[in-house]
Amino acid sequence: MKSIRNFSIIAHIDHGKSTLADRMIQHSGVVDARNFKNQILDNMDIERERGITIKSQAITLPYRSKDGKDYTLNLIDTPGHVDFSYEVSRSLASCEGVLLLIDAAQGVQAQTVANLYMAMEHDLEIIPVINKIDLPAANVERVMEQIDSELGLDPYTSLACSAKEGTGVEEIMEAIVQRIPPPKGNPEAELATTIFDAQYDAFRGTIIHCRVFEGTVRSGDIIRLMHEGTTHKVEEVGHFLLPRQKDESLSAGDVGYIIAGIKTVSDVQIGDTITSDRRPCAKPLPGFKESKPVVFASIYPIASDDYEELAVALEKYKLNDASFVYQKDSSAALGQGFRCGFLGLLHLEIVQERLEREYDLSIILSVPSVRYRFTLNDGREVYIDNPAHYPDSMSIMKSEEPYIRAAMMFPERHMGAVMKLCKEKRGENSSLSYPSPGRIELVIEMPLADVIYDFYDRLKSATQGYGSFDYDIIDYRESKLALLEILVNGDRVDALSQIVFKGNARERGLRACERLKEEIPRQMFKIAIQGAIGGEIVSRATISAYRKDVTAKCYGGDITRKRKLLEKQKQGKKRMKMVGSVAIPQSAFVAILKSDNT
Amino acid sequence: MIPGIYIHIPFCLSKCGYCDFYSVTEAGKIPLFTTSLIREMEMYRGVFDRFDTIYLGGGTPSLLGADQTGQLLDALHRTFLFFDDTEVTIEANPGDLSPEMASSLYTAGIGRISIGVQSFDDGTLALLGRRHSATEAITAIENARRAGFGNVGLDLIYGVPGQNIRSWLETIHTALSFAPEHLSCYQLTLEPSTPLGLRYRSGEIVPPDDALLCEFFMKTSETLEAAGYVHYEVSNFARGDEWMSRHNRKYWDHTPYLGLGPAAHSFSGNRRWWNHRCLDRYIEEVGRKVSPIGGSEMLTGEQLRLESLYLGLRTKRGVDLDEFAHRYGCDLLHEKGELLRTMQREDLITITGNHLRPTRAGLLLSDSLPLL
Repeated sequence: MKSIRNFSIIAHIDHGKSTLADRMIQHSGVVDARNFKNQILDNMDIERERGITIKSQAITLPYRSKDGKDYTLNLIDTPGHVDFSYEVSRSLASCEGVLLLIDAAQGVQAQTVANLYMAMEHDLEIIPVINKIDLPAANVERVMEQIDSELGLDPYTSLACSAKEGTGVEEIMEAIVQRIPPPKGNPEAELATTIFDAQYDAFRGTIIHCRVFEGTVRSGDIIRLMHEGTTHKVEEVGHFLLPRQKDESLSAGDVGYIIAGIKTVSDVQIGDTITSDRRPCAKPLPGFKESKPVVFASIYPIASDDYEELAVALEKYKLNDASFVYQKDSSAALGQGFRCGFLGLLHLEIVQERLEREYDLSIILSVPSVRYRFTLNDGREVYIDNPAHYPDSMSIMKSEEPYIRAAMMFPERHMGAVMKLCKEKRGENSSLSYPSPGRIELVIEMPLADVIYDFYDRLKSATQGYGSFDYDIIDYRESKLALLEILVNGDRVDALSQIVFKGNARERGLRACERLKEEIPRQMFKIAIQGAIGGEIVSRATISAYRKDVTAKCYGGDITRKRKLLEKQKQGKKRMKMVGSVAIPQSAFVAILKSDNT
Repeated sequence: MIPGIYIHIPFCLSKCGYCDFYSVTEAGKIPLFTTSLIREMEMYRGVFDRFDTIYLGGGTPSLLGADQTGQLLDALHRTFLFFDDTEVTIEANPGDLSPEMASSLYTAGIGRISIGVQSFDDGTLALLGRRHSATEAITAIENARRAGFGNVGLDLIYGVPGQNIRSWLETIHTALSFAPEHLSCYQLTLEPSTPLGLRYRSGEIVPPDDALLCEFFMKTSETLEAAGYVHYEVSNFARGDEWMSRHNRKYWDHTPYLGLGPAAHSFSGNRRWWNHRCLDRYIEEVGRKVSPIGGSEMLTGEQLRLESLYLGLRTKRGVDLDEFAHRYGCDLLHEKGELLRTMQREDLITITGNHLRPTRAGLLLSDSLPLL
């Protein structure tokens, strides 16, 4: 156990996390040059393209230290978005230390601070690493000052490297061995293991990624998932070498995997504690939260013939994403589809993108919504996350919406802009603190509905990228609500409906019409877009008719060329949903929530 | 479905500022080219049924001269079968159409002449980079008439930067004064690779906006129909059904055609193929008795369907819905009923019996309508 080091790399976006991971992997020699590709841990296309990490990954790096001893360094890579903050917290809980990566040119950024706080919460050893020292704009001295003043860490504990060029990587590996404490725990004790991720393998079923805190697990053992309350027989355990390496056992301190004939990832919960069925530990490890969707939207195939294909794709997708939930749904305007729950809007976008890419589907998502609570006249309490199921307004006694407690951190000079934004988003009960001079921590309560869409982006622009943000759902609060409906050429499009706060329903109606006017391309006839609340038209926009193509000549050589052009346009039209005679593009359904300032 | 023959004569004395057809200015290669064409004809001997149209296009076919044109026509008749009433068309540049030239073309057996007038306004002609003047254009038309041509077509261009409706209508009225059997009125397309296209991109010239182009189109159609012409295709007008271009209509209803010469396209059944867009390569390959085909495509049912719909909607004939359903297994009325009714209400199409036809305003949307 003394030779094990469990660590994670945390960084602001684009500060070089994946590149440093790549270099450490290469340095350890677990993958030969032939099989190496950049961003090796980000194995989804979306991750590589967006430069973000969505899924946690773990890898074991063998390392021979200067003291001549062999060490096992377990790197747990974490996602980098608030939608997945619970997954991150479970990954960090599985480590004893982190590398806090800071770009030598950009210096300390919002997420550097947010990440530092999260690491401190878990009592981890923190090694500041200044990356990209090869850049002409690199200013190591300034970053060291910031490490001192803004992070409150000893700048002389920091290391410098260029992950791109590979300089300083050896020193980092050495520091991990020297400075991050080895895990504690007793291999003979009752088994206590935390699940920080679960992935689906078509041949083996669910592969549990876990950290063993106490005890030992061997193949053949009967394990119990304490929160889930199920037992399984262990088929295989092992470590995350590339590829997976089967071992006899995993013991206290180890990071590794367990395969136990569990069919889908939905049968295990991130953060659950695995113990031995025969000799269970007294209580589960702390920190477990049930992962609950907070944003809901319906998915429809653009071509209704694709419904069956969509159903199959969702079933397959669900195998590998336990936080995604769905059930059958239908829309008067868009036909048969599925109502789905997501962790947040990034999660929603990822699901949409993966369904389209990996399953080659063209889909429409209805306007995302949170889950509201209504108390009806007969005393019944109902939860509604789909505007189509909005209760008859005469039958509503009380309406409530979910509230969050948001924590934001940003430089003092942005206070005005942030407060203005929070006020616009109906923030209340705010409290301020100054964790370090010039830096503000704002805690404020806000309705979730006003935060889900573009709050994070707008916070970033209000703070010039220096604002960090995290939130917890706290409770439901009474709120006057209304159903905003959208009519396109007189036809109600239920998938464009939204449940809104009554106080700004009109304004939302106007905004929705404006957005749709921008998103729906001109067609061969005039299109009227109307917003209605309780049957009353509150807003209106008109898209004028498109009257002219490039007519030109069309003889022998032109025919193929023109056909190819039309085929291309037809392909583009496939990404639009026909509602009556009007073709509405995919983008319109999400754009409707966007506010003016983004 | 009687096939037609197209021959591409890729020579021009100079390139016009807007043209992206394949042409070269090396007139010295004309004799070698003529020999090559005759060799290429041999490659297709017996492949096609009897033809009823020949169309000499370009480029500038009138650069060929009467002798070579005669040789070509003789070779065609030696190699292929033709109906007695075969429509033989040549495109001519006004500058080339001397009284002698016009007579000899007529004598060589050409019955239909399409004159590239483009405009009767010298300013517009200069901007387009044409090498003739309005006066020369008028002389050319008169020469053609005198030589005996009873089927004269004039090509005109509108939407030229600087042009307004009034000056365009003047050009149309001048054209009408010659009572041409056929008029082609093309909206100027600024092809990116042409000199005019480059000047447009650099912001040096500004074409009329869409609203004005709509007006050009509508006014053209109204004026010519009022003068007794049939607006039978987006850009084409005939002084009565009998004067519609028999050859060009083949392109729009999937009739087979054989294209000879560099860059020429051919179509038969569900296959389209085209020759290399390079005169030297064409001459070289034909010289080695190698087919000069540069590419081909086999159209899928779906592609044939799309072409048939979009080409049909460019013409007054429109789309025969029963025939369309029979051929492509797609009942448009049934599948797109709601949209078609919307288009009907918008006065973009008419549906009479089983016939779907574009209205005048519908012809302006001939690319959008087929995407319904």
